[in-house]
Amino acid sequence: MPTAQGGTLYRGREGMWSWVAHRVTGFAIFFFLLVHVTDTALVRVSPEAYNAVIGTYQTPLMGLGEAGLVAAIVFHAFNGIRIILVDFLAKGPRYQRVMLWIVLGLFVVTMAGFLPRHLMNVFGGQ
Amino acid sequence: MTAVMEKADASTRTGDVPSFDVTIRVRRFNPESAGESGVESRWDEFHITAYGTDRVLDALHKIKWEHDGSLTFRRSCAHGVCGSDAMRINGRNRLACKTLLKDVNPDKPITVEPIKGLPVVKDLVVDMEPFFASYREIMPFLITNGNEPTKERIQSAEQRERFDDTTKCILCAACTSSCPVFWTDGQYFGPAAIVNAHRFIFDSRDDGAQQRLEVLNDKEGVWRCRTTFNCTEACPRGIEVTKAIQEVKRAMITRAF
Repeated sequence: MPTAQGGTLYRGREGMWSWVAHRVTGFAIFFFLLVHVTDTALVRVSPEAYNAVIGTYQTPLMGLGEAGLVAAIVFHAFNGIRIILVDFLAKGPRYQRVMLWIVLGLFVVTMAGFLPRHLMNVFGGQ
Repeated sequence: MTAVMEKADASTRTGDVPSFDVTIRVRRFNPESAGESGVESRWDEFHITAYGTDRVLDALHKIKWEHDGSLTFRRSCAHGVCGSDAMRINGRNRLACKTLLKDVNPDKPITVEPIKGLPVVKDLVVDMEPFFASYREIMPFLITNGNEPTKERIQSAEQRERFDDTTKCILCAACTSSCPVFWTDGQYFGPAAIVNAHRFIFDSRDDGAQQRLEVLNDKEGVWRCRTTFNCTEACPRGIEVTKAIQEVKRAMITRAF
């Protein structure tokens, strides 16, 4: 049977976009872990090689990447707890939207605590 | 002679109902010309005059009857009961017969598309067979053991209340075709089939819960649900679809031990 796909993007609400964000951050964290396990394993090859690789991470660009990584992990962690509550609490599905706002609130608070300190380290603001 | 007649003459004449102009953008697909022109589907715009009481379905009728008779869509009862006219209006699944034009911002063009994830047959008509195949698989009928009672199967109000929400389903496919998992994985049972399984699993008169849970305890069963809540938002009957799916998931875990 012929199909005619395309058209507009589905206008999902908070639930759908939190799922998209969870999936995107999940993939990002997975690829970070892939690299992270590899570079940590280098210490078994030779400590000098390990130091050389870690040294290349000490750049402002990587520092911003680290900020992004922490943001992804913080969202994924808090939203993961929300998903567990949606799964296991009888009233979870009804309060999923409220719980998402709580997740975003916690995200903002955590990042507000982390970002200034981290960016000072990266850009040497002391 | 009376003041009433004068008054009626002055202001309340029939035909004075305020109207507004609205643009409807419809996603068209013609299976006969799709091969030749190379264009799979296209947008068509229609400008019509509508009233505050008009629904999207009335607009589609007006287009079909007065502008372009080839516009194809399904509808039967036209009053939100039969579930024939689920379509994507302004990007969200709704029933065309339950959506007033004035509620979907008639100042901008209103987009009308077929529901996603099912093969389009023509214009707004999709092939519902994959959807009904999933529905049949969960055995949507009463399954009982033992002797039939001589009278009716008695049920308390509380026992009936347990599955009341999921009895409202009209099988319009608005939920299933709003599900991102269903779009990419057509094998997934979809919310509607799980809702109708829920209706029997939690029915105290039914003895087939174990069989239904086994059907749904599949790679393509309830565990595919990612709780995006699109189905709950889309349901024109206000069924808490995701909640029903979660209850089936939990029943699977609790009844296994």
